[in-house]
Amino acid sequence: MSKQRLGQTPSQTVGPFFHFGLPYEGDSNLIVGDAQGQRIIVEGRVTDGAGEAIPDVMIEIWQANAAGKYDHPEDTQDKPVDEGFHGFGRCATDNDGVFRFQTVKPGAVPGPGNSLQAPHLVTFVFGRGMLKQLLTRIYFEDEAHNAHDPVLALVPEARRNTLVARKINPSTYRLDIVLQGEGETVFFEY
Amino acid sequence: MADVIPYNPEEKGAQPPSLYPAYKSTVLRAPKQPLVILPHTLSEVTGPVYGHGKVLPVDADLTKQHAGEPLGERIIVSGRVLDENGRPVANTLVEVWQCNAAGRYIHARDQHPAPLDPNFSGAGRIVTDAEGNYKFTTIKPGAYPWRNHPNAWRPAHIHFSMFGPSFINRLVTQMYFPGDPLFAFDPIYQGIPDEKARARMVSRFDMDTTIPEWALGYKFDIVLRGRNATPMED
Repeated sequence: MSKQRLGQTPSQTVGPFFHFGLPYEGDSNLIVGDAQGQRIIVEGRVTDGAGEAIPDVMIEIWQANAAGKYDHPEDTQDKPVDEGFHGFGRCATDNDGVFRFQTVKPGAVPGPGNSLQAPHLVTFVFGRGMLKQLLTRIYFEDEAHNAHDPVLALVPEARRNTLVARKINPSTYRLDIVLQGEGETVFFEY
Repeated sequence: MADVIPYNPEEKGAQPPSLYPAYKSTVLRAPKQPLVILPHTLSEVTGPVYGHGKVLPVDADLTKQHAGEPLGERIIVSGRVLDENGRPVANTLVEVWQCNAAGRYIHARDQHPAPLDPNFSGAGRIVTDAEGNYKFTTIKPGAYPWRNHPNAWRPAHIHFSMFGPSFINRLVTQMYFPGDPLFAFDPIYQGIPDEKARARMVSRFDMDTTIPEWALGYKFDIVLRGRNATPMED
């Protein structure tokens, strides 16, 4: 076989004082030009096991553009990259534990085999008290294909709603992230 | 579309649990439900490869971001970002942030009664070169107290954030300094189960990158998850 693997560098918490190091101007706005597709706001509140809002976590999202294309060399689909759109966003929660992204609704993307994944945002949660980040996803309630999504299918049915954002007005989706306890968000081992 | 090639799993013992009660704020922030195992899809093996924004030379010299020189011991931190197969991770964004030489962060919520340094902010950004090399100049951060338990002190450290070739490679860690007497008392450092893996977070002093009459050199290599085959042939 191949030569011996190098050992992985361990993860450590971002700590409470990342705000001068990681956030940057425009970090939560993925629209950087004349982006194609439906412009939406995705927002939510992050709470802990005591139900308290967490003012010092950071959310990062990665998503496809409106056509369902990731701006990355391993996405070999014959679909256009959107120059007006950047697939990565970062948002530190405010004093009320709220995050808010301005983005476009992603298109469906290929899944395992011949399956199709419903539109979603790959979502990481970083924070003090989190030695490693947590991985989750944000789906959209008005997508019929959610019923056939191969990743949602892995999640116990009673908990799937923790991954699906509600449409609270024509352009805003809301999904609260519950780190622990009642209504706990589904997190993934990856 | 062909199935994607997944990345290797977490190395057992090298990554921390979500719940580590000695680190008190994990207690209300760790999920209690089992994690759902996620096979990697196109969504995970892609990612923002080039990071974001423009990285300037001054972003790699934390001692040159203000009118004057910061106080403290000037150091040069360098190393490589690699995958588990030893291949360089090129053109990837490395973000660093730290407290000043007195152990104080330029952050409104840091109440440690140590002085701020008007000539030091403590944040930098570097993009790795084709061989995965990064390098930045800074001052050695101080240890500082925190309220995790009575007389709790964090060993001196620099925070590192890496993107890597896919979103699944995303890694935030901390770089420590050799021989720190606080390791044994620090639940964040001790939160890594495997002692050998823990030691990977400790930089080593390096005479080769030490610049005479100027700055001490420290080396710190970072290893991200790799995979057993490449998805595309050259």
